[in-house]
Amino acid sequence: MSTTMIDQGVTQDAAVPGGLVRAPRARTASSPIPLTRLVGVELRKMFDTRSGFWLMASIIIMSVLATAALIVFGSDADLTFDNFAAAIGAPMTVILPIIGILAVTSEWSQRSGLTTFTLVPHRGKVLGAKFIGALVVGIVAMFIALVVGTLGTIVGSAITGLDPVWNGSVDGFLSITLGSVLGMMFGFTLGVLIRNSAGAIVAYFVYSLVLPPLLGLLAMNQQWFADLQPWVDYSFAQTRLFEGNLTGEQWQQLATAGTIWFLVPLAIGLLLVRRAEVK
Amino acid sequence: MITVSSLTKTYAGFTAVDDVSFTAQTGRVTGFLGPNGAGKSTTMRIMVGLTPASTGTALIDGRRFVDLPNPGAEVGVLLDASAQHAGRTGREILTIAQRTMGLPKSRVREMLDLVSLTDTEAERRVRNYSLGMRQRLGLATALLGDPHVLILDEPANGLDPAGIRWMRDLLRGYADQGGTVLLSSHLLHEIEVIADDLVVIGNGRIVAQGTKADLLATAGTVARAADAVALASAVERGGHTVTVHADNSIHTDATTDQVGQAALAAGVALTELRGADGAGLEDMFLELTADTQREGVAA
Repeated sequence: MSTTMIDQGVTQDAAVPGGLVRAPRARTASSPIPLTRLVGVELRKMFDTRSGFWLMASIIIMSVLATAALIVFGSDADLTFDNFAAAIGAPMTVILPIIGILAVTSEWSQRSGLTTFTLVPHRGKVLGAKFIGALVVGIVAMFIALVVGTLGTIVGSAITGLDPVWNGSVDGFLSITLGSVLGMMFGFTLGVLIRNSAGAIVAYFVYSLVLPPLLGLLAMNQQWFADLQPWVDYSFAQTRLFEGNLTGEQWQQLATAGTIWFLVPLAIGLLLVRRAEVK
Repeated sequence: MITVSSLTKTYAGFTAVDDVSFTAQTGRVTGFLGPNGAGKSTTMRIMVGLTPASTGTALIDGRRFVDLPNPGAEVGVLLDASAQHAGRTGREILTIAQRTMGLPKSRVREMLDLVSLTDTEAERRVRNYSLGMRQRLGLATALLGDPHVLILDEPANGLDPAGIRWMRDLLRGYADQGGTVLLSSHLLHEIEVIADDLVVIGNGRIVAQGTKADLLATAGTVARAADAVALASAVERGGHTVTVHADNSIHTDATTDQVGQAALAAGVALTELRGADGAGLEDMFLELTADTQREGVAA
């Protein structure tokens, strides 16, 4: 029995000029781009440059260095879990905000926004995806810190021969995580508002290093501001998250100061971004 | 099809795009011409939603760009080949676009082959790319989603002669298969070779538009005779405008037939007679945009 080969549907692709460009379709029934896909893309964009990669790697590197420094330079009594957590937490408060800033500003400073906002002409959605991506990185970073801190405590106790001191709590960890992530999100807000990498990073350090002593000085000399400060100084309210559990009033103060410094500027930034030209 | 209607963009005290309306037809290459700063790029940025219009609309197949569910799969855009993160590799930039659009991974490979970027080049970071390589990468990004409309700002910039020919063939084939191509360029020869329709813009306003054949037909006739002045007066008697050049040639809005007849009647021996479309686009361009040229070139 013979088989008849029917040549059906040979593609014309190779024959047409332009080779792999397929005949353009009259109308594409394309489906909308889901947010989850954008979050994946934005996460990828945080890692796919050398600077981005090393910034991410520095989360782990700094955690390990901070742990090692505490073991080498700390006294035996210092090698407790909460000291490790504090040692690792310090570099995190610098690295995470920078990640939050660059996630936004690189689209403008590197001008890749021209492509990004053409492929997805909804800037709020793109920034939303960046926000979620940064949030994921921030939370994962804190868990990395937790693991490294735990290992540090175990290694420290092995070296000193003392029992490991587990003086941390779940609440404490969550509180520190929240503090670090809020710092990161404040960086994100500055990125949305300023849309320039250098400018936003400088603004963040002015906010986190220059402003607190000035406001502290003001509070020391002016009683009215001393009463007001916890309600309006976001950095002040946020720093208390690293020191332990907040009281009900302190949560309210965090919420009030956070609205002034974080939510309102973020909302203004988003409004501006939607109207701004991407060049 | 791209439909631009009464598009206007004003900045504080300055109108960059002034009541611009035109259509880029399906299956045709529309050339978008204008001097530097005439508003070409601003118009294109408005089309894809990067710059908000003050008034007017730009529609792709009847829909606003922002209303396209997955714009990359319908409209390929290349506005500035250098606007890429310098620290990413060429392949990574394509991969990001491929993922954003939700395309199969193989498409990246196909596009790299299409624009002739080798594997080694694709692994290099864009900061080390030449302008020509960036243009190729930009075209690859624009074509990645297999769109049916292309909006390209100066795509021939930085390409070598072989690259320019390659791009011309690519866009021609693309339009012939039913795609819509809008491309801007200041390389008039490129536009003249490839475009079917022309839109000429100066100082934010459209100064001419139509098919290339129609627009260049208005360029008139070039004739030459030993006695150019006699020829000029003969043609002028027919009611045509004539410019006499120092090389004994004349340039007139009369047709070649009319010039031939006038010369015969006046007994002037012609040494040359041809349509002016050889010099066409450049002359037309300079003439139409004379008021808006920085150099104040006389037409």
